[in-house]
Amino acid sequence: MTTDTVISAQNLSLTFQTNDGPIHALKDVTLDVAKGDFISFIGPSGCGKTTFLRCMADLEHPTDGSITVNGASAEEARRNRAYGYVFQAAGLYPWRTIGGNVRLPLEIMGFDKSEQDERMRKVLELVELTGFEKKFPWQLSGGMQQRASIARALAFDADILLMDEPFGALDEIVRDHLNEQLLGLWARTEKTICFVTHSIPEAVYLSTRIVVMSPRPGRITDVIESPLPRERPLDIRDTPEFLEVAHRVREGLRAGHGYDD
Amino acid sequence: MRRTLPVLTVVAAILVIWYLAAFWMNSTWVLDQAARADREVGFAELVSATMTQERPVVAAPHQVAVALWDGVFGHAITSKRSFVYHGWITLEATLWGFALGIVLGVGLAVAIVHSRAVDMSVMPWAVISQTVPIVALAPMIVVVANAVGIEDRLVPKAIISAYLSYFPVLVSMVSGLRSPNVMQLDLLKTYGASRAQVFWKLRVPASLPYFFASLKVAIAASLIGAIVGELPTGAINGLGARMLIGSQFGQPLIMWAALFAAAILAGALILVVGAIQRAADRRMGVAQ
Repeated sequence: MTTDTVISAQNLSLTFQTNDGPIHALKDVTLDVAKGDFISFIGPSGCGKTTFLRCMADLEHPTDGSITVNGASAEEARRNRAYGYVFQAAGLYPWRTIGGNVRLPLEIMGFDKSEQDERMRKVLELVELTGFEKKFPWQLSGGMQQRASIARALAFDADILLMDEPFGALDEIVRDHLNEQLLGLWARTEKTICFVTHSIPEAVYLSTRIVVMSPRPGRITDVIESPLPRERPLDIRDTPEFLEVAHRVREGLRAGHGYDD
Repeated sequence: MRRTLPVLTVVAAILVIWYLAAFWMNSTWVLDQAARADREVGFAELVSATMTQERPVVAAPHQVAVALWDGVFGHAITSKRSFVYHGWITLEATLWGFALGIVLGVGLAVAIVHSRAVDMSVMPWAVISQTVPIVALAPMIVVVANAVGIEDRLVPKAIISAYLSYFPVLVSMVSGLRSPNVMQLDLLKTYGASRAQVFWKLRVPASLPYFFASLKVAIAASLIGAIVGELPTGAINGLGARMLIGSQFGQPLIMWAALFAAAILAGALILVVGAIQRAADRRMGVAQ
């Protein structure tokens, strides 16, 4: 663990007790996330990638091992508003306008009105939704709603962004566009991003490191450092380097999946 | 036109059935009278005789309309024979009961959602409260109110009315306050929101559509409560009292007209609540 480690998990395990016996959602997961990293977690359903993200966010509580966020416990980090969380669905409040939704965390955290306005304007500009603050969520497309939810997570300027398959429900074209925007946003804001996905091209395109996970029990099977430069146009996905990384991810997924089905 | 035609068709069908029923039910008396007078009655005479009786078994629609018109417009609105006078008395109890029912329903729902103990102890009683026939309970409430020195009849009627109207509000508000999903709750948790903030920022706004939907049921229940509060309790004012007096003192036309006055009042109240609901929907960005 070095000085610029933001998230550090040591032998993290999480077992759910169910009527059908215990389920090992996570087993002995150890990982350090450095400041400014863009880390993707990829793996089949049930591999614990979302559970791991939720442990970082203090939305799940590990049964064994330890996790620190910004050097503090996950709970303290949550109380210090260390991270913004983007869920699978945009989950905007239908009774609030886009601006009102972005304001929500700011109201809860007690920012004053002028500061709220200022920050709302700034983050809506970041996600290219300027001019939409008075619209209601149903007036926006799915991709725009998800962008608004990212703006909401960015509004209070946490250093860490935790994203749980944020683009999973969107079509390929919208997804490409949002991936490109997300990289631009990451470059401008220098945030640390943890990103759960089950799309290999998305993981490879976005990440500085790709964490491959496998189920039963949920564990890390491979951590791949991406050789790609930080500046990535969309057509980098046709280069041999890109395809090689993608190939390694696919191999990792296959190996992790091999033993019980 | 495409929307009014089916409505008019149904209304016309009801009128036809109603006239037939009036003819059929009232003809027995006409034929009886004729038989006693040893006289034959022609069909045309029979029809006209069944439609104009002073104490019909089934009042014909036009008779009810005339009685209703007379009740509403035929007297000064302060007259004891005016439906406006009696309607206002019933409406007053209805609105008080409605308000009381909303306060009680919302208050209990908030307590139930925040405390498992309250949920388990209060909810079954709330359900049981609705299985007790209100006509059996109403006189008791009136007697008790009288015994503790409340002279004004408005109070027991408002209580009876609230007894009926709190329940739909309670049930809807419990669902509404619990309607936020895990993700919405998790989101607020990531902001470190307090319980009070979760309540005001998420649970309350999420419950409002449920609340307004329940108001339509509650206002109708309130009116029924107020009328029931006037029926078996010796009241002499109010639409309920008017119905009872009409049926007990051989003035069926007044009973029928009071019944329709109550139905029209209920329809008007529901329209008002519906308008409030639509305004709220627009305000919340739900309406297109």
